[in-house]
Amino acid sequence: MTKITLNLLTGRTIQQGATMEGGKEKKAYTKACAIIEMTPEDMKRLNVWKNTNVRVSNEFGSVTVKAVVADQGLHPGDAYMPMGPWSNMVVDPNTYSTGMPTFKGTPIEIEVAINEPIYDSQELVRRACGLKV
Amino acid sequence: MANIVSDVICTFCGTLCDDLEIELSDDGRKIKEVYHACAIGAEKFLHSQAEDRITRPRMQDDDGNWTEVSYEEAAKYTAKILCDAKKPLMYGWSSTSCEAQSVGHEIAEAVGGMVDNTATVCHGSSLIAVQDVGIPSCTLGEAMNRADRVVFWGCNPAHAHPRHMSRYSVYPRGFFTGKGSKSRKVVVVDPRKTDTASLADAHLQLEQGRDYELLSAFRVAFRGEKLPDFVAGIPKDQIYEAADLLKSGRFVIIYFGMGVTQSLGKNHNIDIAIGLTRDLNDYTKAAIMPMRGHYNVTGSGEVLGWQFGFPFCVDLSRGVARYNPGETSSNDLLIRDEVDAVFVLGSDPGAHFPISSVKKIAQLPSVAIDPHLTPTTAVCKLHVPVAFVGVEVGGCCYRMDNVPIESRKVVDPPEGMLTDQEFLTMVLGEVRKNKGV
Repeated sequence: MTKITLNLLTGRTIQQGATMEGGKEKKAYTKACAIIEMTPEDMKRLNVWKNTNVRVSNEFGSVTVKAVVADQGLHPGDAYMPMGPWSNMVVDPNTYSTGMPTFKGTPIEIEVAINEPIYDSQELVRRACGLKV
Repeated sequence: MANIVSDVICTFCGTLCDDLEIELSDDGRKIKEVYHACAIGAEKFLHSQAEDRITRPRMQDDDGNWTEVSYEEAAKYTAKILCDAKKPLMYGWSSTSCEAQSVGHEIAEAVGGMVDNTATVCHGSSLIAVQDVGIPSCTLGEAMNRADRVVFWGCNPAHAHPRHMSRYSVYPRGFFTGKGSKSRKVVVVDPRKTDTASLADAHLQLEQGRDYELLSAFRVAFRGEKLPDFVAGIPKDQIYEAADLLKSGRFVIIYFGMGVTQSLGKNHNIDIAIGLTRDLNDYTKAAIMPMRGHYNVTGSGEVLGWQFGFPFCVDLSRGVARYNPGETSSNDLLIRDEVDAVFVLGSDPGAHFPISSVKKIAQLPSVAIDPHLTPTTAVCKLHVPVAFVGVEVGGCCYRMDNVPIESRKVVDPPEGMLTDQEFLTMVLGEVRKNKGV
């Protein structure tokens, strides 16, 4: 299975903001945030169609989200995930004595994971914390 | 005739728009429509009316089953976990009023808590930089009336502060900017071609994480010194051109966001951005402003500032206020297992902290005070829903330029529901009883 390495950026999108205010337990929030945006070139390199489930992982964790083409253009080699529990499964928690985790610029590996489920925000975090779901 | 409430303050982002109109049902109990707000602000007002909203505190058992409890029981539990803890973390504060924050700080003082707000994952780096080198800033009103050169560095207001550009930074006609957007030149520096960048006169699409180098290059270009052919992936001609554009303005305003505060370099990126602003003042008038996220994160910094002397990461566990980001900051405390209880109000670390920190919250005695269901409420032992500030209760909030704005109540909260200030006052009473003071 093809696996590619990208540089992960995270941040706000208006869809993330609006669905967050609409309720983080709702499907719309998962749809808006459980995604990873890539350039068309990187989608080709990964050999993946848009809206396919992919596993994003690194030394900090792993999460399954949908691969989509970035609508706000990225440099090839960069990937973007909306801020939220999905991206926070893989961001670098090191603060380097500033208090601020490194939310932008985390190396990640991506591979196709068609059969892996995408959890909603509550289930994702409860599972990760070892709580019953 | 429609029942309209005008001049409502939007309590979503740090822009604190103050021109919303809300249409109520004839009996004044329900919000029917929201006018002038952005997609996010409108959703906030409308979601407060959701039928499935949680209206009473709930406790979670080990199997994940929830049991409804009264506000009195919830206040007792909250006071107990805070009093029993040696070093409780009291995090959040950015989505509530200054009045509620102040009561919360009284509790923190009584129990020796670690008080931190969402700046810790947002503009904490900026606060550190401001303490190091100061900041030449202004209000949004000044920027609207005067700024003819607008820089968005590592921020994307089209998505994060949707009405910022129309109210203050790009489109409005001001006293000296009478032609609106035609009076202004906009420069965007961002590794992505964002929707904000698509409106810019110049977009410098730098390589991610190399802001410090590019900021340095601008300072070199202002002085007319030599640059290498490329800096941070940007050709030198483009840097000289943008530097000349800024120098030729009458008033330059630099807005910056998470692109610089969260990338490596962090507070040092802001140091040099402030240095660049200082340099620009040799040629023209220039100011710089952080694009604050939560509607009252600025207020939390102000209230902590005037009560304890520090804007975030305040350690009250030793009886005097200490401050040392990296040591007294929420994520560092959680990762190093240095806190033994977690109290969250007006924020969602479950969604917005790295998962390694969230796992620690789930293992500790914990309470989340939040009107919404969130990943934080999903892992905390107690969830206390409260009224929405700015919708169901008023209170003082600070805009991103440190201007205080009094938010308004539009409708009543569901019957029997407390505001966060009322709940915190109950907790403070219980804490005093426990401590015998």
